[in-house]
Amino acid sequence: MPAPYSLVHGRGARWALRALFLVLFLPLFALPLLVIAAASFATGWSGALPNGATTAHYADLARGDSADALLVSLLTAAAASGLALLTGTWAALAAQALPRRVRRAVNALFVLPVAVPSVVVGLAFLVAFSEPPLLLNGTREIVVIAHTVLVTAFAHQSVTAALARLDPAYEQSAASLGASPARVLWQVKLPLLLPSLTAAAGLCFALSMGELSATMMLYPPDWLPLPVRIHAATDRGALFTGAALAVVLMATTLAVLLAVSRIRSKASYRQPS
Amino acid sequence: MTLRARAGRTGMMRAGMILPPVLLLALLFLYPLALVVRDSLSPDGAGGGALSTRAYSDVFGEASFRDALLNTIGIAAGATAGTLVLGFVLAFVVAFVPFPGSRALSRFIDVFLAFPSFLITLALLFVYGTVGMANGLWTDVTGASSGPFDFLHTPWGVLLAEVTYFTPFVMRPLLAAFAQTETAQLEAAASLGARPGRIVRQVVLPEALPALAAGGGLVLVLCLNEFGIVLFTGAKGVTTLPTLVYGKAILDGDYTGACVVAVVNVALSAALYGLYRMLLTRTGAHRARPV
Repeated sequence: MPAPYSLVHGRGARWALRALFLVLFLPLFALPLLVIAAASFATGWSGALPNGATTAHYADLARGDSADALLVSLLTAAAASGLALLTGTWAALAAQALPRRVRRAVNALFVLPVAVPSVVVGLAFLVAFSEPPLLLNGTREIVVIAHTVLVTAFAHQSVTAALARLDPAYEQSAASLGASPARVLWQVKLPLLLPSLTAAAGLCFALSMGELSATMMLYPPDWLPLPVRIHAATDRGALFTGAALAVVLMATTLAVLLAVSRIRSKASYRQPS
Repeated sequence: MTLRARAGRTGMMRAGMILPPVLLLALLFLYPLALVVRDSLSPDGAGGGALSTRAYSDVFGEASFRDALLNTIGIAAGATAGTLVLGFVLAFVVAFVPFPGSRALSRFIDVFLAFPSFLITLALLFVYGTVGMANGLWTDVTGASSGPFDFLHTPWGVLLAEVTYFTPFVMRPLLAAFAQTETAQLEAAASLGARPGRIVRQVVLPEALPALAAGGGLVLVLCLNEFGIVLFTGAKGVTTLPTLVYGKAILDGDYTGACVVAVVNVALSAALYGLYRMLLTRTGAHRARPV
């Protein structure tokens, strides 16, 4: 952050603005997440505060098949973010060798899935892959592939942005010393890109963990990710179970993001400064 | 082989490396979308029968479709306006009225953006729902049998949830823009006697316009395409185009109708986004980009 410069000099005015910030920020952003966490431990909620504390909702989860849902979500997110990272990085690297115009067209093509509603991507998968030769409807793979298509755009964008910031002097000097293109890629470019790759992986993983729209269209009965379970719970009125499931989803996502940011700070040691 | 021909060949090989990911995207994204368009034009079953726009006139004639269309546009426009105002105020305070913890705040925003949108609707059920905090507080204080807050299953509930969820999408580019703003500029304006209100209008706002434009455009498209928030609000109360696609395909089994709504939704997102970009070019917001 740049040297803090305070535009507002009057002490009262500054505090008034801070107060305004807290009044707007806390109820809107911090409260929802806290409320979900509180509700997941509540026996009921008919007053200003939860009626009582209980861990029964979590105990219910441990008995039911929610552990399966967590595993399904983790596996789907790991597979989808891995595939998306591979495709997105490949495309971003290969696009560098293209003429400017073609490169822009390719970049636009890879961002396109963000602009199309995820529900429509789900519908398109149902329409396209319900008949041979690609009969995927009702399989687990269709969920993974749909998630991959949806998150590839983020991996691609993040790697493309990192490539644009990369100093070409490193690869040029490596190449001038006789390194083959493959060696330049493996030993110079990819290590330099590692921080953005891990950040992209974390983002893709988080987005896939929370994906609901396309999943609602595609999930087979034996592959129910967490968001689908949360919807099923709240839909039948089991709000507190839904809240407990949501806490599991948030905690897992957060844990993965934290783990990735550790890799990131480790990776930054390797980056020549 | 001459050196030049060899260089040309490796150049072509390197350019050819783009083909695998592009072909994959074409197979898994463009081809399915093309089939959606085809199916929307063949009401008598895929492949068989001539192309016809009958399904379109059928869907356009339904009251539920017109409701969903109006809801989608109204909610998206309102939510975009709301996030722009709120995002500007919050980002302004964070950037220019520093307080302890404002750094942790930007981490919090990043985490917030990684969470799925439907969590907000779920949380609002506990805050403003029929037996939530707000109504509970009201009945505790006044002794009434039920509270006054009952808007969650209306478009207003969706609007509140979308403003909440999407405001960080506006704040992030704004914070980046404010970080680039030369504090010397602000100091110069202040030392020349400009009041804070004028500095905001004439220095901060022009600097922020490109970021506001970028954030607003993104939020508009995301709101038009939002599904989770509306689904969790309760399918009966509010229908938008994305939930109508889901309802038609999964609940009614009407795939042709779902394809029609999907085509309309994609066209609407593309058209409104294009219109938005055009308005920006007209008003010259892009010129404010710092050089």
